[in-house]
Amino acid sequence: MIKPHLELTGVDMAFDTPNGPFLALDKVNLKIRKGEFVSLIGHSGCGKSTVLNIVAGLLQASRGGCVLDGHEVNTPGPERAVVFQNHALMPWLTVYENVELAVRQVFRKSMGRKEKRDWILHNLTLVNMQHALDKRPGEISGGMAQRVGIARALAMKPSVLLMDEPFGALDALTRAHLQDSLMTIQQELNSTVIMITHDVDEAVLLSDRIVMMTNGPAATVGEELTIDLPRPRNRVALADDPTYVHYRQAVLSFLYEKQTFPGKGDPVTSIAEPAPSEAAPAAPAIVVESTPLEPQQRAIA
Amino acid sequence: MTTITQSAATADTPRWMSTVTDKLAPQALARAGQALLLPAIGIALFLLFWQLVAPQVNTSLGAFPAPSDVWEQAGQLWREHSNERERAERFVTMQEQRNARILQDNPDAEVRIRPYPGAPTFFSQIGTSLITVLSGFALATAIAVPLGIVVGLNRHFAAAVNPLIQVFKPVSPLAWLPLVTMVVSATYVSDDPMFEKAFLTSMITVTLCSLWPTLINTSVGVAAVNPDLLNVSKVLRLSFWTHTRKVVLPSSVPMIFTGLRVSLGIAWMVLIAAEMLAQNPGLGKFVWDEFQNGSSQSLSRIMVAVIAIGFIGFLLDRIMLLIQKKVAWNQ
Repeated sequence: MIKPHLELTGVDMAFDTPNGPFLALDKVNLKIRKGEFVSLIGHSGCGKSTVLNIVAGLLQASRGGCVLDGHEVNTPGPERAVVFQNHALMPWLTVYENVELAVRQVFRKSMGRKEKRDWILHNLTLVNMQHALDKRPGEISGGMAQRVGIARALAMKPSVLLMDEPFGALDALTRAHLQDSLMTIQQELNSTVIMITHDVDEAVLLSDRIVMMTNGPAATVGEELTIDLPRPRNRVALADDPTYVHYRQAVLSFLYEKQTFPGKGDPVTSIAEPAPSEAAPAAPAIVVESTPLEPQQRAIA
Repeated sequence: MTTITQSAATADTPRWMSTVTDKLAPQALARAGQALLLPAIGIALFLLFWQLVAPQVNTSLGAFPAPSDVWEQAGQLWREHSNERERAERFVTMQEQRNARILQDNPDAEVRIRPYPGAPTFFSQIGTSLITVLSGFALATAIAVPLGIVVGLNRHFAAAVNPLIQVFKPVSPLAWLPLVTMVVSATYVSDDPMFEKAFLTSMITVTLCSLWPTLINTSVGVAAVNPDLLNVSKVLRLSFWTHTRKVVLPSSVPMIFTGLRVSLGIAWMVLIAAEMLAQNPGLGKFVWDEFQNGSSQSLSRIMVAVIAIGFIGFLLDRIMLLIQKKVAWNQ
């Protein structure tokens, strides 16, 4: 049997809160093949981001662990590049310089000056941003900035690309456009991707497999759904496709019939959007948001 | 019919002409006029009030100076300055000529070059004040920015240092000054001093009082770096230095500059008090000497200094603002 590319085994995550430890994740198991596109979907506050941050190395699992290509993941690193929800570009650097910062760090010794320049331009061209090299993030639209964020992550030549609701902050048209770009790029590079999303259509359209998480606390993998649709996929053609509709139905039924009330017995939190901090879901969402988040908690939220 | 001729006319007028006519358009003129007019009215009313009230306030040195007296003394100070400069030039040329003569007679002779011994004028005192305040401010910046970065980066260090900052921040320069004076006198002992003791005392007092806003703002700016950007830095495995240089420092530049501007304002205010007591030959000493002098013109001359101090403070802030616009990415 072939060893999986990335494997999470029995991952528990407990956070210390003033009311004692809070178990956010309970025995999460996940195996991902090379070149697979996996979406994590679930209600707000179910710990999707926590899973992603553990794979990224930004959080340490309380129990269990994550193994990538036979090496245990303990610290963050460029082989697990992250695309953040709000692009996370340095606002004082230009588009080119933002990618350059990553390329210079990751390929400090292995690439020559010219080679680095070509590689930066190649990745920016891949996301169609070669026309705005000297613009600052504040001067381009959110969709463009997110493209640059993707280019920066791709430029690190990651083994796994981690995307934390990459299109969540964008309008519907821009989102569709970027989803198409991402599909093309992923197919071209055959990259392994883990993407967090709230959007059922996005998950079905992009993924090879959808991992559905139960509601927290003590969230875990509820169901897994393999999406067996041929690529390249076309969103318009798929809209009528019975298989596509069936997959969509399956995810919706999991989210809205089997997992209706996040926060178990506290329906208030299910309405709260954005997600209350996983660290203290027992309290009403409003209270949680009024307390300043500790840096560690912010990384999770 | 009329519209056609009008549009034809606009098409024929050259670009520069239309921009000029745009500027001369009644609305634009009104806007520019309002921008200048209202401040002018404010100043005029203030001067009028001052001119009327000042003679009513009698002091042992005569009536409080009215704007006209102050204007007259400003001219007087300028004349004194030009005369003094003329004399200084004459002194230098005479000295050069004498030295040249001596060297002609005996090429091996040692010639002495002495600086002009005259008293400093109002304008050279402004120069001294500027040099003192900028040195003190530079020293404060050199201490406050690195220290602020360390405080901002390390929560434990911040907790240790915070009470000290809170306690020392509100201390008046006048309280520091005697201590600084004694320490400078005791420690800065040299036969050929590079700096005047009074200069050092004033400068160090300025530093002690002005470093706090920069220190606090820098530490707040450093601690408030967007957590996403910190995560990017972690994913890239940036070294501590690269992280500080490429992420933390640029991210906090806007906050640092806000602190620097407040610091420079405080530095300039503190300087005048420090110079008065330390007898550093700057504007503070000028005010003090005029006060001690007690002639009938003293109050007017002090008023000239007050206005000069205000203008220079305003200019310093504007200069900082210009630098901030050049440097900070969010401007």
